[in-house]
Amino acid sequence: MLKRLRENKSAQGTLLALPTTFWLFFLLIIPLFLTLVISFGKRSPDGDVIYTFSLDNYTRLFGYSTDCPNGQASCFDPLYVQILWRSLTLAFNTTALVIIMAYPLAYFIARAHPKKRNLFLFMVLIPLWTNFVIRVYAWMMLLRKEGAINIIIGWLASLLHIPFTPLEMLYTPGAVLVGMVYEFLPFMILPIYTSLEKIDNSLYEAAADLGANAIKTLLRITLPLSMPGVVAGTILVFIPVMGTFIVSDILGGRQVILVGNLIQRQFLDARDPTFGSAASLILMIMTLIVTYFYTRKFGFGEEIVAA
Amino acid sequence: MTSEFAVEMRDVVKRFITPEGNEMAAVDRVTMQIKNGEFFSMLGSSGCGKTTSLRMIAGFEWPTEGEVYIEGNAMGHTPPFQRKVNTVFQSYALFQHMTVYQNLAFGLEMEGAKEEEIKKRVGRALEMVQLTGMDRRRPRQLSGGQQQRVALARALVKTPDVLLLDEPLGALDLKLRKEMQLELKALQQQLGITFIYVTHDQEEALTMSDRIAVMSKGQVQQMGTPVEIYERPSNKFVADFIGESNFLEGKIKSLSKNEASVFVPSLNTEVTGMPISAGLVKGEDVVVSIRPEKIRIADKDTKSNNMFRARVTNTVYIGADTHIYVDVHDAKMKVLEQNRISRLDPKSFYVVGQDVWLLLMPENTLVLKKD
Repeated sequence: MLKRLRENKSAQGTLLALPTTFWLFFLLIIPLFLTLVISFGKRSPDGDVIYTFSLDNYTRLFGYSTDCPNGQASCFDPLYVQILWRSLTLAFNTTALVIIMAYPLAYFIARAHPKKRNLFLFMVLIPLWTNFVIRVYAWMMLLRKEGAINIIIGWLASLLHIPFTPLEMLYTPGAVLVGMVYEFLPFMILPIYTSLEKIDNSLYEAAADLGANAIKTLLRITLPLSMPGVVAGTILVFIPVMGTFIVSDILGGRQVILVGNLIQRQFLDARDPTFGSAASLILMIMTLIVTYFYTRKFGFGEEIVAA
Repeated sequence: MTSEFAVEMRDVVKRFITPEGNEMAAVDRVTMQIKNGEFFSMLGSSGCGKTTSLRMIAGFEWPTEGEVYIEGNAMGHTPPFQRKVNTVFQSYALFQHMTVYQNLAFGLEMEGAKEEEIKKRVGRALEMVQLTGMDRRRPRQLSGGQQQRVALARALVKTPDVLLLDEPLGALDLKLRKEMQLELKALQQQLGITFIYVTHDQEEALTMSDRIAVMSKGQVQQMGTPVEIYERPSNKFVADFIGESNFLEGKIKSLSKNEASVFVPSLNTEVTGMPISAGLVKGEDVVVSIRPEKIRIADKDTKSNNMFRARVTNTVYIGADTHIYVDVHDAKMKVLEQNRISRLDPKSFYVVGQDVWLLLMPENTLVLKKD
């Protein structure tokens, strides 16, 4: 039996893939299917799911409302479309900012002396040792009215005799953006570093030898060769930012509600899993569409190129 | 051309700090003048300073002391992109995200050349290296030899005054390497530009070069034409590094204007009438050097000068030549005989234990200072 397995390469492959296949089937495919079924259901008055085929949850998400101020039968309520749009723009902005901040740092680490690189990478990873939620709370301490940032600015203002009223930074879209950028920065630094580190030094020398200065080398050689890292980082950042609700919950309060918060509230507070399921699927479809067009333009990051 | 010399290095020193924190001179007072249109090789084993010297000419490194001149102009800290030299890298350093055409066009775009002109020059360069029609391929779709040609064309398309080549053929197999050696040499003669070629392969250097600088430990051991380097090595290192030599230690017994006799203890006799270079004095410890193929071997004593009886200890047949190892008194020597006649008859070989006579003709010997 064992001997036969040793000779059968394809059976070995099947055996190795089996645990993950079971995992994905029972914990991803089936729940996803259930979500789909529930999203077409209706909520009973006491919060149970009535299984039927109704598109009500989806039309509601895109603004169809029967609860109208002027007593019409139906009207457009932009609430949920706004939430979807806010999530999308926040994810774009976060990803863009994270790329802008991560790239120079990744470049610096990749070009550092090999002995120092590990130390720098280690420093990038240190924040990940602390729980995600605790780190977001730490930002709350920094940003709130009596927080560290206001204290420092106030102190500087008093030194310069400038009148200062503490800034309202917490519970703003800006606070959520700062929190997101902070949380997801390492996930961009690492893949960009990996692709930059693979670029052989002789390529930079060849570019200089052929007449390219530092800026042209960056634009024509370094950036294109490190695109796979940027793509991989974007996927690692954009998708979770689209769905996360902790950062916006703690730093945005009721002011900044994202799809993630909406879904969470439907399942817990509003006890409407049918609407929550529909929102979940719409979130997933939006993310897939963006990722599809993005990777079609820039590839999947698989064609890592080096000398 | 403003200067007689394409490239000149004057008293160039390059020091590095080793990982252990020690200072080490990779290049230690190198002075060389490379003429316009010359095929010049720097030859030496790894760590001899040849690549560092080339990198200083390219501008990737700057000298700690001394100065590099290109076309008579001191280079100082001029960056590579402002030097009229181009490099063919050992690893080729092709841009994998660009096609062959884009690789070649890159350098011209940096000069601000017009698209029309780029097209023309890239086409000509590809033709020069026989890669016409390959312009839309990616480097990785090409064989090693083709990639090497792309690297060469990418440097040549810039029409540099000086082309620097850092072991460009190192990754190719032997047959292709030999083809490319001749091709490179022909290309250099056709273009008339200066080639500075770094290699550790002596045969390669001898095949292609007008002049060779043999380097060791950061210093130039000898500079000269291939014939000079091989026939008149200026010290024991060069005699040993280029080709093979038998070395016999001895002491100068008598010295005339241009001849010396050396007493060789291991032969228990004198070798006489050898030509000498300047700077040797009577009584000095020297090394007599003679190449294996320059020793005449005979099975009869013809009573000539410098003829010594020897005993065969081993013979090795390697196709074109036969190597004969002999003991001469206490000295062990190697003699090389060309197989100019068929060796099918076993009697055509010397047998182990046989007595033979070796003739060291004075004009084939060298008297070198003992290091």
